[in-house]
Amino acid sequence: MAVTTGLIEGAGTSATHWLKWIVLGLIALINLYAVTLMYIQGETVFALVFLILVATGLYVFAAERAYVHRYIFPGVATMFIFIVFPLAYTIWIAFTNYSASNILTFERARHYHLSQTYRIEGQNYDFSLYAAGTEAYRLALTAKTGERFISEPVELRVPDAKAQPPAATAPIEIDLTAIDTPPDQPPLAVKELVRLRGVMQNVVAHLPDHSDLRMSGMRQFAATRPLFQVLPSAQGGDGLILVNQQTKERIAPDMRLGFYRQLNAEGEFTGPGIAPGFSVFVGWKNFLRVLTDPGVQGPFLQIFGWTLTFSFLSVVFTLAIGTVLASLVQWEGLAGRGLYRLLLILPYAVPAFISILVFRGLFNQNFGEINLLLSQVFGIRPGWFNDPTLARTMLLIVNTWLGYPYMMILCMGLLKAIPADLYEASAMDGSNFIRDFFSITLPILMKPLTPLLIASFAFNFNNFVLVQLLTQGRPDIIGAQTPAGTTDLLVTYTYRIAFEGSGQDYGLASAIATLIFIMVGILALINIKLMRVDR
Amino acid sequence: MAMVESKSVIYRKLAAHAFLWFFLALIIFPLLMVIAISFRTGNFAVGDIIPSNPTLDHWRLALGMSIIDEAGRTIPPPFPVLLWLWNSVKVAVISAILIVALSTTCAYAFARLRFSGRSLLLKAMLIFQMFPAVLALVAYYALFSRITEYFPPLGLNTHPGLIFAYLGGIALHVWTIKGYFETIDKSLEESAMLDGASPWQAFRLILLPLSVPILAVVFILAFITAITEYPVASILLQDEAKLTLAVGSQYYLNPQEYKWGDFAAAAVMSGLPITLVFLLAQRWLVGGLTAGGVKG
Repeated sequence: MAVTTGLIEGAGTSATHWLKWIVLGLIALINLYAVTLMYIQGETVFALVFLILVATGLYVFAAERAYVHRYIFPGVATMFIFIVFPLAYTIWIAFTNYSASNILTFERARHYHLSQTYRIEGQNYDFSLYAAGTEAYRLALTAKTGERFISEPVELRVPDAKAQPPAATAPIEIDLTAIDTPPDQPPLAVKELVRLRGVMQNVVAHLPDHSDLRMSGMRQFAATRPLFQVLPSAQGGDGLILVNQQTKERIAPDMRLGFYRQLNAEGEFTGPGIAPGFSVFVGWKNFLRVLTDPGVQGPFLQIFGWTLTFSFLSVVFTLAIGTVLASLVQWEGLAGRGLYRLLLILPYAVPAFISILVFRGLFNQNFGEINLLLSQVFGIRPGWFNDPTLARTMLLIVNTWLGYPYMMILCMGLLKAIPADLYEASAMDGSNFIRDFFSITLPILMKPLTPLLIASFAFNFNNFVLVQLLTQGRPDIIGAQTPAGTTDLLVTYTYRIAFEGSGQDYGLASAIATLIFIMVGILALINIKLMRVDR
Repeated sequence: MAMVESKSVIYRKLAAHAFLWFFLALIIFPLLMVIAISFRTGNFAVGDIIPSNPTLDHWRLALGMSIIDEAGRTIPPPFPVLLWLWNSVKVAVISAILIVALSTTCAYAFARLRFSGRSLLLKAMLIFQMFPAVLALVAYYALFSRITEYFPPLGLNTHPGLIFAYLGGIALHVWTIKGYFETIDKSLEESAMLDGASPWQAFRLILLPLSVPILAVVFILAFITAITEYPVASILLQDEAKLTLAVGSQYYLNPQEYKWGDFAAAAVMSGLPITLVFLLAQRWLVGGLTAGGVKG
């Protein structure tokens, strides 16, 4: 009996063994293809990261020796992709000019220029389409001389405008052959041509004499030729210089600016960059801008100061309210403690994105309920969102509301650990509860609380959601080069530089993010030191 | 210390009650206000705490029904709130399940198995989880636009992509579960291994059934984190139909089209379930929330 089961198991494992190797092999092949594709596109960083991940994964699941690592690989790999890699990549971007105007890789920008075409004057053809089944058409061209050409039926499908991701706009290549007489059917009406216009713009028609034609008007095709060609090495080309076929000007990539620029006769760069640009390394330029450029440095320092003030005051206020409430709620003699506790935790239980938006509405200058009350009682209507000081006050009020329950929960746990005889002893000495709070409760709480307070400081330092949903950093700082507001924290400031307005300067945003990394890293190290000491 | 309560203690208690009720009134005011506003007529009208002529219009719109205004025009719901809520719940549930799966297997290896780089990885995880994702949004955007080019189903503007991004935040959970595993006696698993069980079987059949409570805590924590996450979702999702609640809600308070009443109804409707989940689970959660900071 034991032998048979052993045999069956043996057969089973051998089959699964083979299956496993086949699956692993397939994964390896598919991913190798993807990595090669990325590398060719110039995405060296991504290709490398992908290669490392896939290779490690394959090794871990193939090698018997790495059995233990199979348990941690999936988790560690996702952490690597979504925490370690983004951090490292942000630092990398900080040293490049990656931005809305320089978003492509060099290979893609070059490819873009090489795929540009221009129309050759005088070689126009009238075109018409003939239906040939559902969504299939024959393209017919007539030259000025009367020569006629026609294609086989081709599928021309109007892409679904709502399709996600948008349908690819690869050129549709159509070969035409010469004929003598037009087809024996009526061509498509103009209305239909209008409907198909979008697809027709992607059509490249090839005549028997190898000239390429593209649509140039509602009824016309025209001969086109690539606008740029690589300068042959016989004429001194290095493979990088491109020649404009229309004007015969030479352009070459300027690797310092990240743009193709015109070359003069001496081979020096002249004129502005030609869009689209590509991203290149710019060294410490972004960091220098933050530290020395007045249009960036001024707002940066102001925002940095406010970020520190905001985080510090948030910790102080939430801690003050939290400890007082915790001592009250932990007071054995107080009736209804459970209910108080539940109600006091409520602000923490409501999702922050909802309560912050609620406050945004309540603080609204004209329709908000807070100003309604204030105008009835005091006759004032403060502009909470227009005045910098008021906006900052509002942020602190809302953040204290959001944050005190956390401090209260922490303190309640820690208070339980304080031995009651300490209070009894001090009662003997004729102390009162206020002195007890400051001379017993607070000093005992502070030690275990310190790492948590630092964590809370770090959290508020990066309290993106609060600012983004409440004020979006407004009111804006006047005279700033980049979008910057008086209530912006450093994180929302980087977000605005990266994703707001037309500039979209990812490089500068990443440089500031890198500076924040350093500060958060220091806080993290201090915290780990403190926790060590604690144990 | 059994003793008759002195007068001063009674006064102090009264003062404490008075203070707590005053404070609660301040704290709960915004929440009560929103509930009142959701029943008030119109989006601008300012009124009392208890609405004078209550209406269910905002709630109908929040529930996806059209309403007819005084002029007889049909007003369609401004935003698909229920769809957003469904998107949020879908993303949060799936990512919470996957996070539990990933962090449990990781925690098992860290708690029970010996391998090279173990303590280094543990320390690195603790440090890296201190850097919030919001600092690397540019990198996230770049990363996902690359993924979109090579594998659209996991790229920008997809829910699988967002779920995938959320899986990065497991470090704290690994620590929590690892701490729990270490409190469970090893001897059961060891004797099972002696009887020929593989590490996987010992983990799957012995350790896991004993750890259901901590897995539930991690699940709820991951669920709440995902459902309230704003920054990453706001840059990854673009179509209105794909937004999560956290990203979509802010469109109600657009200065050009201020829908205060409609927002209130939508906020109460969608916020209430999440709040209830949190309140019901808070006794277990509090331990998990503070553990990450206290334990090292």
